[in-house]
Order: sequence, then C-alpha cells, then structure tokens
Amino acid sequence: MIEEHIATYREEAGELLAELETSLLDLEETPADQDLINRVFRAMHTIKGSGAMFGFDDIAAFTHEVETVFDLVRNGKMVVTKDLLDLTLKSRDHISALLEASAGCGEADKQTGDILIAGLRRLVPHPEATSAPSDTTIEPLSGAKQSGEVPEKTWRIRFYPNRELLLCGSNPVSLINELRSLGSCLATAHFDAVPLLDALVGEHCYLYWDIILTTIRDEAAIKDVFIFVEDDCQLSIEMIDDLSEDGDTGYKKLGEILVERGDLTPDVLSKVLQQQKPLGEMLVDKGAVTSDKVLSALDEQQHVKGNRQERATPDSTASIRVPAERLDQLVNLVGEMVTVQARLTQVSNTLGDATFISIAEEVERLTNELRDTALNIRMLPIGSTFSKFKRMVRDLSQELGKEIEMETFGADTELDKTVIEKLNDPLVHIIRNSIDHGIEKPADRIAAGKPATGTVRLGAEHAGDSVLITIRDDGAGINRNAIRDKAVELGMIAPHADLTDQEIYSYIFAPGFSMAAEITNISGRGVGMDVVKRGIEGLRGTIVVDSELGKGTVITLKIPLTLAIIESLLVKIGESHFVLPLGAVEECIELSRDDIRAAHGRNLANVRGRLTPFICLRDQFAIGGERPDIEQIVIVSVRGERIGFVVDFVVGEHQTVIKPLGVLYQDVKGISGATILGDGSVALILSPGDLTQKAKSAELDAV
Amino acid sequence: MGKLIMTADDSASVRQMVAFTLKQNGYEVVEAVDGQDALSKLSVKKVDMLLTDLNMPKLDGIGLIKGVRAGSLNKFIPIVMLTTESQDAKKAEGKAAGATGWIVKPFKPEQLIAVVKKVLG
Repeated sequence: MIEEHIATYREEAGELLAELETSLLDLEETPADQDLINRVFRAMHTIKGSGAMFGFDDIAAFTHEVETVFDLVRNGKMVVTKDLLDLTLKSRDHISALLEASAGCGEADKQTGDILIAGLRRLVPHPEATSAPSDTTIEPLSGAKQSGEVPEKTWRIRFYPNRELLLCGSNPVSLINELRSLGSCLATAHFDAVPLLDALVGEHCYLYWDIILTTIRDEAAIKDVFIFVEDDCQLSIEMIDDLSEDGDTGYKKLGEILVERGDLTPDVLSKVLQQQKPLGEMLVDKGAVTSDKVLSALDEQQHVKGNRQERATPDSTASIRVPAERLDQLVNLVGEMVTVQARLTQVSNTLGDATFISIAEEVERLTNELRDTALNIRMLPIGSTFSKFKRMVRDLSQELGKEIEMETFGADTELDKTVIEKLNDPLVHIIRNSIDHGIEKPADRIAAGKPATGTVRLGAEHAGDSVLITIRDDGAGINRNAIRDKAVELGMIAPHADLTDQEIYSYIFAPGFSMAAEITNISGRGVGMDVVKRGIEGLRGTIVVDSELGKGTVITLKIPLTLAIIESLLVKIGESHFVLPLGAVEECIELSRDDIRAAHGRNLANVRGRLTPFICLRDQFAIGGERPDIEQIVIVSVRGERIGFVVDFVVGEHQTVIKPLGVLYQDVKGISGATILGDGSVALILSPGDLTQKAKSAELDAV
Repeated sequence: MGKLIMTADDSASVRQMVAFTLKQNGYEVVEAVDGQDALSKLSVKKVDMLLTDLNMPKLDGIGLIKGVRAGSLNKFIPIVMLTTESQDAKKAEGKAAGATGWIVKPFKPEQLIAVVKKVLG
C-alpha cells in the first residue's frame, strides 16, 4: 500500500518539477509575474509537503529552504533575479536527483545541496527577513509529522436559532447541509425546547442542534455558513481536536464533554461518578441531563475517535491515476471489439435482415464512440515535452555562446502517450541541430542584419487525424548546394542528378551524413538526423524540410494521433487484402492494359499530364494469377513525392486495428503490421515509405 | 424542472444579468419590474426564492419583503436583497423586515450563484 503512495508521490513530484521548470523559465522573461511566483511557490510547497508525508525527509528539508526564499519573493520582500533563477533551477535539478537517488538509481550529493542552500541564503536581502514571522512556512520541519497541507480539525458547533428564524426564509436544514459540504459532519437535533402542543406555534423553530464537523477549513469558513443568520441565532464554534497529538486514538470521556459543553456541572458529575452504572445511563436516571444530550455527546466521542483512528485516508480527487498497462489492455480490447463489429456488419449485410442490420448499425455507432473514448484516455498534452526543450535550449545556447530564445505554441495539443514518448528523441536531435547549425553567433547575426537573439519556435497543431509539429528557426538556413556537394562526395547521388529541393534536403536525414565541419559536443556525428527519420517513420509520420538560405529553416513533422487504430484504405490483390494508411492516400485512378503498353515497360503513369512512378504490388509481393484488365493505382504521398501503388481492386475505407508483427517478421521491409478483417482473415499494413525506398534501391542496383 | 426564482429590479440590465446567470445554472426565472409588480405576481404564483433590489419605484424592496412575509403563498421563501456597501442601515432594515440574506453590489455571477445555492439549500 505504502509503496503505491510513494510511487504516486514520485510521479506527482516529477510532474511538479516539470511545472516548476516551466514556471521558472517563464519567470525569467516576466520576473514580476505574481501568478508565476505563486505557481513556483505552490509547486515547491507541494513537493515539500507530500515529501515529508511519505518519508522523503531529505527532499522535504531541502525544498523547504528553496521554498523559504520564494516565500520572501511572494511577499514582495525579494525580487526575482537571474542569480536566483539559476540557483533555483539548479535546486530543481538537485530535488530531481534526490528523488532519483531515493528510487535507487543515481546518487545525490549532499554537498551540492548544501552549496545550493548556502547560495540561496546569500541572496536573501536582510538577515531579519528570514526571522520575520512569515505566516506558515519558516519554522523547521518536524519530520514526517507535518503533512505540509492544512491539517484537518474537528469543531463543535452549537446552533441555537431564534424561534423566528423560519420567518426570515432561512432553512436550518440547508445550513446543516452546507456544513456537510465542508467535511465530515455529524448533527444531533435537540427537542427539549419543543413546547406542548397547545403552546406550539407552527411557524416557529423550537429545535437546536449540536454539530460535530471535521474539516480542513478554518473557523471563518464555518462562520460563513451562518453569515445570514448570525443575528438570528446563538452560535458557538469551538475547536475540539486538531489531530495534532499523534498516536493517541482515544478521546475525552463522556462526562468531560458534557461539562465542557456546559450541559453538566463538575460537581454533579463527580457525585454521579461514585456509582457503577454506565455514566450516560446514570446521568439520565438522575435527571441531570436529557438522554438526547447524552447521545449527542456520545456521537461526538465516536466521531473524533473514528477520525483519529483512520487518519491517513487519502481524499478522492477529480482525476485518478491508472497504470498505463491497464489502458493498453483497454485499447487492445476495444481493438478486438472493432474487429468483431466489422464481422457483425458484414454478416448482417449478407443476411439482409432489416432488424439485424439496424442492431449491427447501433453496435457500430457505439463501438466507434467507445473507440474514440478509449483512445482519448491515453491522450496527453504535448506541453510537458516542450518545457523540457526550453531548458535544453537555455543550457545549449549558453554552452555555444549563442543567444537563443525558445518560443512554443500549441502546448495543449493532445497526442497519444506512446507517441509523445517516442517523439522525444527525434525532437531533441532536430532542436540540437537547429541550435548548432541553424542559429548563428550573435555577431554573425548582427552582420546579416538580424536581431542578435535567434529564435527557435516549437509548435504543435492538429491537422485532421494527425498532429503537425513544426520546428522553425530564423538561423542561416540550409545551403542546398553544400548538401548536394556533400552527398555527391559521399557517393549518395550521381554528380549530375536532377533533384528537387525536397529531395536534396532529405539527404540530411541519411545515415552518416553530417555537415558540421567539426564534431561538437552537440551535434555533428552524423547520427542525429538519421535517428529522427527512423523515429518519425516508426510513428508512421512524415518529415518535410523547408529552408531559405539566410532566413531560416522549418522542419514539419506530421504524426498520426494514435498508434493503435488508424483509418486506412483496404485494397485487394488476387485473394490477399492489404491496407494503406488513409492519411497519406491522395487519390485512386485506373490503370488499363493500354496505359501499361503506352509506358513501354517503365512503371510510369500519366496522371493529368504528370508522370507518376508506380510500384506494382503484385510483382513486389510475388502474388501469382492474372492481372485484371483494369487495375487501380492508389497514389500516396511519400515525403512530398507522389508514388502510385498498383492493386487489383480498392475495397474502401477501413478501421484498422494495428497488430504488431511477430518477432520473426519484425524486420520485413514494406510491411508495418497486420490487421484482422471482418471475415477473420488477415490483411497486411503496407508502409509506403519503405516500399518506395526498396523500389528505388532496386532501380539503382539495376542501373 | 429547475427551481423558480423571481428577480425584482427596476433596472432592466440587472434583471437581465441576474436572469441570464440563473438560467445558465439551471434555474427558472420570473422577472418583476418593481416592488408592486413583484408583490402582485407573488400573490398568485409560488416561487422558490426572491432576489430583490432595495431601491425600486412604487414599492421598494423593504416594502416588498414585508409584503411577502405578511402574505401566505410565499411566506417562507428565502429572500435575498441586493444592496450596495453604503447601505448598511438598509441591510439591517431589510433583515428586520424578514430578508434571508443579501448580496453586495457589484457582484460576480459566481457570487450570485453561491448565494442562491446557499439559501436554496
């Protein structure tokens, strides 16, 4: 149980640290932003508070120091400076290291922490400022006892309304209900003031209440409940338990409670205590108090005891954490469901029974909704990844002596969790590249008539069922000819090949290709961009590079929203089915025998006057049988080029649940997975990029 | 069906804002342009709550509150008066006349809803 909480804390702390970093970096731009300062403070406060609760005393103690400084900032006693931000960012890293060290990986240096604390203390303007009684957080931590959050307290409230209360339109029940909304609440009504029937006025309120309330809210919040009736009632609010005495699960004796409430005098109590019967019974027998008063007091006793016994029940929140595997399992099941549903639809259409068809359609609608919902659960905003890069840009630009600003937009764009994770490495390489090769040194920039500070813009936006991620820099741009020369030098292209800009740019993604004159710490080993290409293609995504010499470069990644289920085009060759990702499909045209004859054995089709190369999938997969008289070409855009794939027959759109191929087939080029069709047969998912690459190299080999 | 709330105010814009806010939160609203209008409507229509301005022509808010409390149909409904901060004396007067609570003008929609929820329970 406790491990689970600790795991949750680690996760939460990780998120908080990420938020902290973002806020700090933003704070660097707008140092006076009170909102940001509060955010920094809150993040640290929570890390500290929960840290102490789960036994991360070192984290709590260290964070406390940083928090103390930011408390001064928050109260306007200190201003945000670059030194402060540097130290705080380093402190953030230290907290992160402490966190990792506690998980058993890595080691945190205590000395680093001490140095950071000393540095932070030096920044505090006046020595008296530290000792100033600043509301809550300055006193040292008392180990795990302090929860960091406001502790729950238990209050005893006696609400004795005036008889005319109802005539003012107030309703005691709704007041008590409002108290219930503040926390755990126990109300006892007292009937002893109710007169006999002939004296009773129906419009008067004769009842009064004892209420025991356990809440994290303070007395003012309780008083607020009674704000409209404070002149119409007698109200007493006392704190009876602040849950501060640890280990003591007992509570006051019944007699003590009654005496405290003023319902019984100590004399009477001590007299009655001489006897041996249960106290409550005895008191009632003696007529010292009425039985409902005793019951109410007993209630209080029970309530507080109960509270003290089960203290550490975590409260439920609006969101819950679920292990990722469970979500994956859910998505897998939904995938199965989609497959079965396709079968159901097919069978219903074959049988042609109207009732059955309408049921099948209903199931189809629900399944689609279920699929969207299930996939949505795994969607996360890409922003957390973005903030990591902000930090990277900051550190790298300092290292390289460049002035670079990072702008981001679309941080709340949502993508499948697995996709976001796999995007990380490619983005690191692209951004490193932009910083190292793209943005020039300040002096060069000024000479080129540009502002000294370069900008890298990282953005995300939705485009249909994909997300476009753009990395735009205003640096030197890509020298088309230099790349061409280099590619020729490396033997990647023939010296006189006629290539479009797109094709030339695509060589920067080739393995072993590097333009950096010297290998720096940051890039130049010729592995980076190759990783990018493989990473993005692994995500079924595409890369487009656009650049203008002297103005800058834009790299656009088009990534499908999810990896589990895709919209695709189902095609048929002979008896085999294949699917092509619909996102890349541009159009379908016919290919007749005449067309083939007219092309003189070359795989080129004339599409509205443009020659479009095509790949005959029947040959490619060595499928036997006669080619039909009229074949179909599915034209797909592959890295900006239009490539046709010849098939026998286009079946139509298909919801494809992607199943990975077994280990044996994992490295087969041209196939990226498989899916199960409605009739139970298997269709292979084609990878247009790989197929094109394969055809090109085959062509080159032939030459 | 949402609860029915009457808003009595001689300012059309205040009525509009109050009505809009309440309707958005699932309440039904009946409007009255002054105290007299409100009182005559309330004598025949049961509502769940009354929100009234204090300064109104014909019959002011205090008179309206007294009238409602003296009637029968809506005698026990919660009545919330809209006051300005300077009207502390009025607040007490309204309270004495039988108002349940008050909202200080200007107020935000959230505050209005909080008070309505509070008195409606």
